Amino acid sequence: MLTPLDKSILNIIQTRFPVAKRPFAVIAQIIGSEEKTVLTRIKWMKEKGLIRRIGPFFDSKKLGYCGTLVAVDVDPIYIQQVAEAINSYPGVTHNYEREGPFNLWFTLLSPNQEAQDRILHEIQILTGIQRMVNLPATNKIKVNVEFTLK
Amino acid sequence: MDELDRKLVIAMQGDLPLVLEPYAEIAQELGITEDKLFERLKVLTNEGQIRKMGAVLTHRQLGYAANALCAWIVPDRKVETVGQLMAAHEAVTHCYCREKKSNWPYNFYTMIHGKSRAICEGIAQQLSLATGVEQYILLFSTKEWKKTSMRYFQAT
Repeated sequence: MLTPLDKSILNIIQTRFPVAKRPFAVIAQIIGSEEKTVLTRIKWMKEKGLIRRIGPFFDSKKLGYCGTLVAVDVDPIYIQQVAEAINSYPGVTHNYEREGPFNLWFTLLSPNQEAQDRILHEIQILTGIQRMVNLPATNKIKVNVEFTLK
Repeated sequence: MDELDRKLVIAMQGDLPLVLEPYAEIAQELGITEDKLFERLKVLTNEGQIRKMGAVLTHRQLGYAANALCAWIVPDRKVETVGQLMAAHEAVTHCYCREKKSNWPYNFYTMIHGKSRAICEGIAQQLSLATGVEQYILLFSTKEWKKTSMRYFQAT
């Protein structure tokens, strides 16, 4: 179970992990704890899988990458085979089976449009794929995955 | 981006070392001083390549079991106001306008995270009422096949 201290730590590090020589000391100072305690709790939450990653959040577009969201309608018999083939591309970061007219949705980041086109063409001809729609973003309004823990 | 910044991205896109002085360790790996690393991080943040320094949590483990991609049909003239209203909601983590296709009329997408399916449905209803956008479809996830952080400047 998460202690109130753990929740305070998570609320801080989700929003702003300190960029400082001793970041865990900075967090400890904000929440009234000890540097080593903060580090120990973060290590524990990482091991338990509550924290997936700590680091910079990069803006893929500003790093020169082009991204898209793609929906495919897959014959259920082939779903695992298709999902695994799609997952094998490193630029596929999220891949979810969903309810609705298209049963598999994935995001793809590529270093350029040509690479994206090539990968989508390879995916489109996988056995079991009946339909595919490519839905590139025209405007990013919000990306902010934060959960306030009470 | 110059060679150093690319190396910085590669060095920092994995996990921050969980040691008392993590940045010193990264700086050493890059062969630069810690101050130089801080300076580059500041520049990249100011220029927008870095959105923030933070932690990604596993939302399922925190009790946010339901996740719905909600696709909306928003008239072009309303996109801006609708976008602001939807983005302001705490449960909406992602909000994008996307191209619509002949066989898929939705042009606006919000990711909604909730502790249950009913909560997500309630939030979508609230957003619909608040914005007057009536045509939408909730696409609940039934299985996660992949969820990773991007590895930039490596094989695609």
